[in-house]
Amino acid sequence: MRETVIDAHNLSKIYDEKTIPVYALNKVHLHISRGEFTAIKGPSGSGKTTLLNMLGGLDIPSEGFVEINGTNITALKGNELVDFRLNNIGFVFQSYNLIPVLTAKENIEFIMLLQKRPEKEREQRVLELLKQIGMEDKINKRPRELSGGQQQRVAVARALAPKPQFILADEPTANLDSVSAENLLDMMLKLNQEENMTFVFSTHDQRVINRARRVITLEDGKIVSDTAPTTVEHI
Amino acid sequence: MASIAFAVLFAIIMKSFQNGVFNNLIKNVVGYYSGYVQIHQKGYWDEQVLDNCFALDNSLIKKLKQNPQINVIVPRLETFVLISKGNSTKGCMLVGTDAVKENELTQLKNKIIKGAYFQNREEVVILAEGLAKRINASVNDTIVLFGQGYHGVMAAGKFKIKGIVHLASPQMNDAFVYLPLSATQYYLSAENRLTSLSLGIDNPERMNAIVQNLQPSIGKNYEVMPWQEMMPEISNHIKADGFSFYIFSGILYLIIGFGLFGTILMMTVERMYEFGMLIAIGMKKSKLKMILLGETFLITLLGVVLGILLSMPSVIYLQEKPIRFSGEIAKAYEQFGFEALFPAEFDLRIFFTQSLIVLFMATLIGLYPLWFVSSLNPVNAMKK
Repeated sequence: MRETVIDAHNLSKIYDEKTIPVYALNKVHLHISRGEFTAIKGPSGSGKTTLLNMLGGLDIPSEGFVEINGTNITALKGNELVDFRLNNIGFVFQSYNLIPVLTAKENIEFIMLLQKRPEKEREQRVLELLKQIGMEDKINKRPRELSGGQQQRVAVARALAPKPQFILADEPTANLDSVSAENLLDMMLKLNQEENMTFVFSTHDQRVINRARRVITLEDGKIVSDTAPTTVEHI
Repeated sequence: MASIAFAVLFAIIMKSFQNGVFNNLIKNVVGYYSGYVQIHQKGYWDEQVLDNCFALDNSLIKKLKQNPQINVIVPRLETFVLISKGNSTKGCMLVGTDAVKENELTQLKNKIIKGAYFQNREEVVILAEGLAKRINASVNDTIVLFGQGYHGVMAAGKFKIKGIVHLASPQMNDAFVYLPLSATQYYLSAENRLTSLSLGIDNPERMNAIVQNLQPSIGKNYEVMPWQEMMPEISNHIKADGFSFYIFSGILYLIIGFGLFGTILMMTVERMYEFGMLIAIGMKKSKLKMILLGETFLITLLGVVLGILLSMPSVIYLQEKPIRFSGEIAKAYEQFGFEALFPAEFDLRIFFTQSLIVLFMATLIGLYPLWFVSSLNPVNAMKK
């Protein structure tokens, strides 16, 4: 039996609870195991981003809780939660969100600085990640000198840098052209297969959905379909 | 940074102007005639008549000369007389003075606009420009001075006009006649007598201390008066204007404060997404706040330095080339007895204090982003 990384129990997010309640999420149960490559799809307003935010500990559910590797993150507060996020969860955003004044190397290294990792270890990890994303030659380039696809690759490397349990990616290909999107997906699939890294995406993008091994469909805050996860064969 | 630099620039220029204008006003009135301190016979100031003059005592002069802060002592004999030329007769202030020392205190020679400056042994007058116009007199004309001398004797004399001076104060310009001291004493039958000793001092800021030290040393027969006591209207004007300065400063600081707050607010809101993202990926709010505090302090410090660098040449320029109003505005100022001249004053203390005020304000306003981050929800911050 595969190890469960994310375990969401009875998750609900209710807005305007006191007047007319609006359910952004409605009693969602979700288990994600290590090594999954999962896409969460659904129309706008279906609750994809809300679910992703809750899995990442960025948003607090109105009901239910989320366990990451057995830790109930819904019960964590303040710096405890920040530290947990820093060490266990990687985030990739739609608009890359690299720090414009830092180089590719520094952007990746930044998150390890927050972890207070020794310099030597940071250097080694940055080089390793740049190699994995195929951007060793862009080490000293600033975000404005990189294409959208390259920036998103650096963002993925940054998310991987602290060696998280899984990566949450909110519409990572939304701002990319088809070639860059395919390249990014190739890279993430490779990481998934080679490193057994767990990826969870929210997406509208059919290219991502087509390549995902598990697709969860949300509608009006509820899971309406969940294709069975495909076991990843290690290379 | 630019808004802080401009805030410092405006604050420094405003304060430099205020000090410059006040000092110019004091210099005009004090430096043009009275000196910073005067010594009279006790009671002279309350009853300014010639009979309240005093005999020049060498021991008094000796005591004054012993004070190193006094740089010039001008003996004067002053009284109101009538001045006549042709059919014109006007009242005027006759100032009998030592030609050399008067020039040291008031630079009277530099104010000659026609003719030449007099010498101590001459029996010639120098007329203020306004008075000369009023009696239609010019250089080399002869005027008659008619008045009451010491102990009520009749004083009448004919004097040639050697020069015409322009005095900045309109009241003085319309009323003053200068005559060498010995000629004045003879004319008024007041041999070796004076109404005042005007003192020039090195550092006007030490004036009060000088006055306090002088009074006991010269004895009870004399009164020592600083210019503020002799010209309370000027002193009150400066005090009142000083108060209005505080109001203007308050308004300026309010504008500066809102300007800075607007800039910081805009900067904070613009960076909301970035802050949200940094918190989301694992930066502690306390660390983010420390970074922002450092950023704010550094930007403020650079802004202050830039503001000082920008204001220095501006203040120096406005000190060297003061703003001079002309036309109706100048006339309006002159009606109130002020020269329509607005110089700035270069004083490092102004740069320091104004910069410190702006630095304090900016640091205080810089606390806003910290509060903002404290209450920031990364999910809301990253919503588009």
